[in-house]
Amino acid sequence: MLKIEHLTKMFGGLAAVNDVSVVFEANKINAIIGPNGAGKSTFFNLVSGLHQPTSGRILLDGVDVTQMRCDKVAQLGVGRTFQTTNLFEQATVLDNLIVGHRLRTRSGLWDVLINSRRLQAEEKASRDKAREALDFVGLSHVENQYIADITQEERKRVAFALALATDPKLVLLDEPAAGVNPEETDGLAELMKKMVANGLTVCLIEHKMDMIMGMADKIMVLDHGEKIAEGTPAEIKSNPVVIEAYLGSDEDAAA
Amino acid sequence: MFKFGSFLMTPMAKYLMLAFALVFPLLAKNEYQVYVMASAFVWAIAVYGLNIITGFCGQLNLAHGGFFAIGAYTLGLLSSDYGWSFWPAFVAALVMTAGLGFLVGVVSLRLKEHYFAIFTLCVGFIIYLLMDKWEELTHGPIGVRDIAAPYGFGLVDFTNTVPFYYLVLAFLVFAIWFMGRLSRSLLGRTFIAIRNGDELAESLGINLMRNKILAFVLSTTYAGLAGALYAGMVRFIGPEEANINHTFDMITYLLVGGIGTITGPLLGTVGIVWITQSLQFLEEYRMIIFGPLLVLLVIFFPRGITGSFLGWMHHKRQQPQATAKRQASKATAATEVESNA
Amino acid sequence: MNLFFQQIINGLTLGSIYGLVALGLTLVYGILHIPNFAHGALYMVGAFMSYFLMMDLGVHYWVAMAGSAAIVAILAVLCERLVFHPLRNSPPIHDKIAAIGILLFLEALVQMFWGADFRRLSSPFTGILNFDGLIIPEQRLLIIVGAFVLVAALQLFLRKTMIGATIIAMAQSRDGAFLVGIDANRVAMMTFAISGVLAAIAATLYAPINLVYPAMGHLVIMKAFVIIILGGMGSIPGAIAGGMIIGFAEAFGGFYISTAYKDIIAFGLLVVILSVRPQGLFAKGAH
Repeated sequence: MLKIEHLTKMFGGLAAVNDVSVVFEANKINAIIGPNGAGKSTFFNLVSGLHQPTSGRILLDGVDVTQMRCDKVAQLGVGRTFQTTNLFEQATVLDNLIVGHRLRTRSGLWDVLINSRRLQAEEKASRDKAREALDFVGLSHVENQYIADITQEERKRVAFALALATDPKLVLLDEPAAGVNPEETDGLAELMKKMVANGLTVCLIEHKMDMIMGMADKIMVLDHGEKIAEGTPAEIKSNPVVIEAYLGSDEDAAA
Repeated sequence: MFKFGSFLMTPMAKYLMLAFALVFPLLAKNEYQVYVMASAFVWAIAVYGLNIITGFCGQLNLAHGGFFAIGAYTLGLLSSDYGWSFWPAFVAALVMTAGLGFLVGVVSLRLKEHYFAIFTLCVGFIIYLLMDKWEELTHGPIGVRDIAAPYGFGLVDFTNTVPFYYLVLAFLVFAIWFMGRLSRSLLGRTFIAIRNGDELAESLGINLMRNKILAFVLSTTYAGLAGALYAGMVRFIGPEEANINHTFDMITYLLVGGIGTITGPLLGTVGIVWITQSLQFLEEYRMIIFGPLLVLLVIFFPRGITGSFLGWMHHKRQQPQATAKRQASKATAATEVESNA
Repeated sequence: MNLFFQQIINGLTLGSIYGLVALGLTLVYGILHIPNFAHGALYMVGAFMSYFLMMDLGVHYWVAMAGSAAIVAILAVLCERLVFHPLRNSPPIHDKIAAIGILLFLEALVQMFWGADFRRLSSPFTGILNFDGLIIPEQRLLIIVGAFVLVAALQLFLRKTMIGATIIAMAQSRDGAFLVGIDANRVAMMTFAISGVLAAIAATLYAPINLVYPAMGHLVIMKAFVIIILGGMGSIPGAIAGGMIIGFAEAFGGFYISTAYKDIIAFGLLVVILSVRPQGLFAKGAH
């Protein structure tokens, strides 16, 4: 599914991601963990095309996407969420989601001017897609509420739905469970399992160890931009290098 | 009160507004009032343009007044110096502002946030300086006289105020109609996604540059349209049309009316133009009030009249549901406390 | 040859003024990430305050400069407290619009009291120094020396005092500064005060060889923005170097190319630079 070869990103002489190679298989939950500043978000930014890597290659289903712009990568089927997703607060949840399917539509200015049949069809398709995504994440009942009025956990789910509306094959979730309570965390974990059950590949960054250990098929550990370990949750738990890195620097290990 | 609010949300309110605009020349006390209203409409068209790039797309364009002036100058110079008649010069003005908008957009829209605002501030100033100093082309500070008035193909005489008023109204209605359609379309949603954040928009597969340039060219074309109408109305223009204060005025109209809304630019522009008209002493010192007004608006009512009204209406409708939900979430919070304890 | 040196003096004078204004702008940007469009209005108020103190209250030039610096510093702090602080978590477009609001207000207010006419501020330094044919008006020398002294004093303040060190720390990393317990409010107010002092002094230094009028800040602030984009937004050495580049470009461009278009040079330069390097000339790599 996603094959990373010797990926490196330098920021003004500092390596934020250093020579990372990894393979994420399709239809699995892949997790990336590591202390703060380990280069996890940078890794996501490289995969999704927001940043161009200094060296290395990124292959998505065998297609080289290393130098591709972010919007092209998205069209190839990489959806993502951010740690904080800025949405239009004073618009309804549904209105915010309709644009998610924009990349699969082609209407331009002329279509708007003459209100072409294509535009109408595509707007309907986008609206249906948004409803479908909203239904998938279990939020159909807040469809008409303003973003400003929904809860933190619902926002997380809306962000998921927005990524899902792009029809992705691979979804990158950046700290999906940050700032929600334990009960809600479980709910979000269920949602990720549901995504995989529906044929998606999930890749997430997370600090909540209980959640990761309970659901990930594969874990990659980053520290100071370098991959220090990868494997199943059981392997990671007993890996001395990981324990060292965590006990040495991060309080989240205790969680 | 609630009923009246609901009424304002219906299409009926729109038609009433249009009907009022249509009969306004009959209600007006004198021709001057019609003239003031026509000029308010001209500015409103330009403010709609600003609303596309700044309101929907989220990029603060401080060269907007400059593009207004380019529209006015293109029409003015072509008709006075080169003997073009009004309508060909009018079309040329639209093409010119769209073309220059494209060129400026290609360079400036690669810049993020602050850089874009500063860059366009400078572009606006360059436009002013060129109009002021490039005497061979623009006549410099003397300005352009004898600008052609629109001809009515023998049917109407647009040199009269009232027919001109209806001409401007027709363009305004088209401008608002297109804005409404745009805002509900996938294209408008694309612009709003860009306002929410470049990175998020890109990760949704949106081509940033192409969409930003499109929004920018649309906005400068609106400005050019307004500028050309303005030149045809006053028939005498000077470098002051490109003064940065015009851009600041338009930002004020947009913010008061409601940035990113459909009715906001019209309400803001017409409202403020009439208030400044009726309080003549305000004309010179209006900024003493507008300045703090801008500050207060962005702090307390960033969505202006229309946006605040829409928010209020939405909450009125959602109230029963929302209260129920709040109680429900309180209940879950309570159970959590119990389970934690 | 002499004319050439004369242009160097002109370039240094202009560069000093632009540098001082840009320095305040870049400090504020570095710490609060606000492009303060009202900074030019602070500069203008600085000139009018000195004018008022000298002409109406009859105080000496130096006293007027100090008084004006104090008034503008207070004004700048008020702007921070009343306007920018409440907007710190708003979308980025809001603080820019608010800054424009302040700018419009200050200009209209000054115009209400003093009118839109051009005024002249007299200075006790009207002599002309003649170094072997090289003519330097005293006021220009004062500008160059004054700017040099101010920049040196600012450097001392930033390097040697605790609050200066915190300003630098915060400019480098806002989040980091919060972690080590820096009082962000105090730093923000201090930075605005410094920017006000620099603007007022620059205006008072420049006013005797220029004119005083309500719109005098427009060109200066736009050039200051060009300068800090040139020098990298937030960079102190960049502001000084950028100020000198623009100052010299204008002095020589105005003399050898065209006086009418000398004001366009800075903006033309900006357009060219940003077309080639969207992140500015000396800005660091990504971000």
